Amino acid sequence: MKKQKKSSKLNYYFFIAVVILYIVTALISPEVAGSALRIFFNIFIQIAPILVIVFFLLFLTDLIIKPEKVMKYLGKDSGIIGWPVAILGGIISSGPIFVWFPFLADLRKKGMRTALASTFLYNRAVKVPLLPLMIFYFGIAFTAVLTVYMIVFSIVIGILTELIVGPDEE
Amino acid sequence: MMDPCKSARKTLNSFVQMLPILIGVLLLLSLMNAAIPVVYYTGLFTGNTLIDPILGAAFGSIASGNPITSYIIGGELVAVHISITAITAFILAWVTVGLISLPMEMDILGRRFAVTRNLLSFVFSIIIALLVEFTLLSMGVVI
Repeated sequence: MKKQKKSSKLNYYFFIAVVILYIVTALISPEVAGSALRIFFNIFIQIAPILVIVFFLLFLTDLIIKPEKVMKYLGKDSGIIGWPVAILGGIISSGPIFVWFPFLADLRKKGMRTALASTFLYNRAVKVPLLPLMIFYFGIAFTAVLTVYMIVFSIVIGILTELIVGPDEE
Repeated sequence: MMDPCKSARKTLNSFVQMLPILIGVLLLLSLMNAAIPVVYYTGLFTGNTLIDPILGAAFGSIASGNPITSYIIGGELVAVHISITAITAFILAWVTVGLISLPMEMDILGRRFAVTRNLLSFVFSIIIALLVEFTLLSMGVVI
C-alpha cells in the first residue's frame, strides 16, 4: 500500500515535470509547443477508444478471470500452449505499447509467466491490419520475412527475459 | 465471480492512478516529435552495415509511437537511400522499445523486467534487421 502511494506520487511529479517542460518550451518557441500539443491531441484521440477497451479488459479480468485460469494458460505450468496464447494476444492487441502495461501487470499478479509477458509485448510489433501498408512501402518479401523473424524472436526474447529477471519480479 | 461494482471501482482506481504518467508520456513523445522531426536524423546514416542499424534502433527507441508512422518514415528513408537494415531496426525499435515510456513500464511491470525487456528488444532489433537483410539478399530481393 505504502509502495503504491509512493509510486502514485511519483506519477504526479513526472506529469508536473513534463508540464514545466512545456511551459519552458512555449516561452522559448511557442510554435514547437503548439505543434507538440496538436500532435498530443491527435494521438490522444487515436488511443482513447483503445483505452476504453483496455479499461473493459481490466474490468473483465478482475471480474471473471481467476488466477487458476491464468496459471493454466499463461502460468509456469502452461507448457507449450502458453506461447501461442501470448503471441496471438500480442498480435491482436492494438494501440501504443504502454496502454497494455496495467493489463499485463494484472495478469502477472494472477500468475502469468515473465517470459510470456515479454513475448506478448514483443508481438505488439506484428500488426495484421497494418500489413498491407507495410507491403505497400517495403514489398511482400520484406513484410513476410520480418513478420516471421519477429514472431520467432519474440519467443527467444521471452525466454531470455525470464532467464535474466527470474520467474517473479521483486 | 467477484462483485461487479467492486471490480469496476478497483479498475477505475488503477486507471486514475495511471493517467498522470500516461498523459505525461504522451506529452513528452509529442514534444520530441515536434522538436526533432525524424527526417533530420537521416544525415547521420553513413551506409555502415553495423553502425546504421544501431543508429536506426536508437532513433526508433526514442521516437516511438504508432506503427503506421514508423512505416511512413521508413518509406521516406527508403526514398533517400538509407540502408534497409537501418530502417528495419528503426521500425522494430519504434514499436518494441520505449525509452520515454520506460519510467511507466518500470512503475507498472517492475524495474528489472522493464529494463531487461527494453534492452533485449533494442539488441534484437539490430540482430533481426541484419538477418532480414541477409535473408532478402539470399532470396535475391532488393528494396
